[in-house]
Amino acid sequence: MRFFTKFSELDSTLIPKGVKRCSFQCFLVWIGILHIPLMVGVVATLMCWGLALNVTYLNNNFPFGLWIAADLGIIALGAGAFFTGFLRYIVKIDELKSIVNFAVVVGVICYAAAQGILGVDIGQPLRGWFIFWHANVHSMLTEVAFCITCYFMVLCIEYLPLILENRQINKFGFPRGFAHHLHEAMPTIAAIGVFLSFFHQGSLGGVPGVLYGRPFAFREGFLVWPWTFFLFILSAIACGPCFTILITKITEFCARKKLVKKNVIDILARISGRMLVLYLVLKTIDTLYWVKVAGDVGAPFGSFYANQPYGIWVLITELGILGVIPAIILLSKKTRQNEPLLILACLLNCSGIFMNRWIMTVQTLVVPVMSFDKFVSYHPNWVEYASTLLWLWLGAIFISITYRYLPIFPQEKELNPL
Amino acid sequence: MKEAHHKGHGRIYKYGMAIDLDKCTGCGACMVACMAENNISFRKENTNDRLTQNFWMRVYKISNGRPFPDSEISYIPRPCQHCEGRDHHHGTPCVSVCPATATDYSHETGIVSQIYTRCFGCRYCMAACPYHVRVFNWWDPKWPKGMNKSFNPDVSIRMRGVVEKCSFCYHRLQRARNKAYVAGRRELHEDEYQTACTQACPAGAVTFGDLINPKHKVYKLKDSPYAFRLLEKLGTNPKVYYLSTKDWVRKAGKVFLGNEGRG
Amino acid sequence: MFPFAFEWVNDASHFVFMGSVYSVLVLLMIILHYCGIRALLDWLCKKDQGHNNH
Repeated sequence: MRFFTKFSELDSTLIPKGVKRCSFQCFLVWIGILHIPLMVGVVATLMCWGLALNVTYLNNNFPFGLWIAADLGIIALGAGAFFTGFLRYIVKIDELKSIVNFAVVVGVICYAAAQGILGVDIGQPLRGWFIFWHANVHSMLTEVAFCITCYFMVLCIEYLPLILENRQINKFGFPRGFAHHLHEAMPTIAAIGVFLSFFHQGSLGGVPGVLYGRPFAFREGFLVWPWTFFLFILSAIACGPCFTILITKITEFCARKKLVKKNVIDILARISGRMLVLYLVLKTIDTLYWVKVAGDVGAPFGSFYANQPYGIWVLITELGILGVIPAIILLSKKTRQNEPLLILACLLNCSGIFMNRWIMTVQTLVVPVMSFDKFVSYHPNWVEYASTLLWLWLGAIFISITYRYLPIFPQEKELNPL
Repeated sequence: MKEAHHKGHGRIYKYGMAIDLDKCTGCGACMVACMAENNISFRKENTNDRLTQNFWMRVYKISNGRPFPDSEISYIPRPCQHCEGRDHHHGTPCVSVCPATATDYSHETGIVSQIYTRCFGCRYCMAACPYHVRVFNWWDPKWPKGMNKSFNPDVSIRMRGVVEKCSFCYHRLQRARNKAYVAGRRELHEDEYQTACTQACPAGAVTFGDLINPKHKVYKLKDSPYAFRLLEKLGTNPKVYYLSTKDWVRKAGKVFLGNEGRG
Repeated sequence: MFPFAFEWVNDASHFVFMGSVYSVLVLLMIILHYCGIRALLDWLCKKDQGHNNH
């Protein structure tokens, strides 16, 4: 009991001044609840490492499955970090300073998750460093690995000032000064982040796009970069801010208070909507061109959707329901400022981009290439789901701790006077 | 394509195969010989599971889809195709995508190698290969008691988490070169380097040799009017030629058209 | 990864790719060291940088 009281006192000294947080007991219970599904994920991860990857439903026809699709999807969703930073520090949209910190937090989680999932996915995790040491500079995956690792460093550097601005740490001169100078350098750091993000978001598009042995995924392009390179960057920019908005709304719901003003959310939603429209236009052009190109190598368009569950409904859902509908909602001010519609638009947008990543990785492998090959179906098993969702719970814990002790929402005090 | 590095042999080779599908009976001797030669692991629980078994050479069964009495079947043994690719931007599909350079195309021999100790199992090469020649070690190999005594000492055992594939019995090329070197020669005779599957085939359906050496049988066979390659239109430029007098079998080399595969 | 590695090739792809990686890493290290040294000097000279400045 004495220890608990001591921790409780310590906890209250760490909470930023001028804001209210739930009791320490309540916080512990919340973290404890999150540990339950997290433990399932840990068990699944240990099973993969200990018993090898036969514990999953991956096979020689499906070397890529949920993990890779989730990796690509998570990184697309985490694009809110670099794009918000770009808009704040380089385009100088000042209002976004109220959400850029949180966008960085979401980015840290997303990129940590992507690397963590890769650590389970590869057959020899202890050899993971070979991708750097024996790098094949012509491979898209090499570009992805380097850029993601470097960008994760950038995100950690962007997160560092938040830690240094904790009430207790900020009392000391050196951390306070360090945080101040890091803030001054933030435009440069953000610019490096934009450069790295451009390449890794694009290279993730290049991963399926360069597979000329798979007509479903292959695209011609500009120099060494297939068109999917540019489409992935655009789609990431389109859904990243929406994901940031979604997580902000979830955090506000859990904290039971407003944390960011409506106009800030509106700016992000509006920009996201415009990027989504641009992406949909270019994606439609690419799809029509792809139909022609695939036909030239003898792969008729119909062959890609010849077998359920990968029928033509997939294309209609990805671009129509999960593309056009959220674009319409986000473009119109009236619908954008209606909170339930905004959340729906963000959900549909993010789902659509996630679906696109699934299509470009898993559906690529579903479609047979040799004439005597068969459609083989794949679905993930609990091990794959649990080890992927592990990062969702870890992310929730990370946000909970960050929100509790670090000043990530500059408008919180103004919106919730004590 | 890049000029080959003439590593002490002064010549470029393009080792390849010609497989006569009219002769192939689908007996599977090539598959068994390959497994024995290359210390390929197996699990008796997965004998019929083509999705997780480590077959480097795999025999597909196809049919013309017609009802009796016009029904015909054929067998297609499919080793690694050792694709050359079309140009610098479209090299061998699996080689260009490997992030750790664990697989490489040799311009000297035309063989696509795999470095098991460097592969970290990302499986990108497996996604790139349209022929499904690459298999992944989903398990650690478990050998029946005493089987280690019958391993081929020239071929390393692979552990779990790495990708493997047909190597055109490259270890046999190394052995043959060493033997020839000791005998004071650089050039190999056609019969000095043959793959295990070629030698095991009881019907003589598989012919192996240097595709650009006019003295080798495959040189003439590849130019036969009945010769075709799998997925030729994609531009992978494979080194395995198939021969069949049957029109419907030659059409099997085309890209999947949308009808359920008859494999 | 490094020019002294046996598989390094002196071609445009290696120079551009690895050159970019090295540049980014060096730039990040410079920024961190610069901020750290400035903060150290400020602290030693007892200059107060105030609080949150974003």
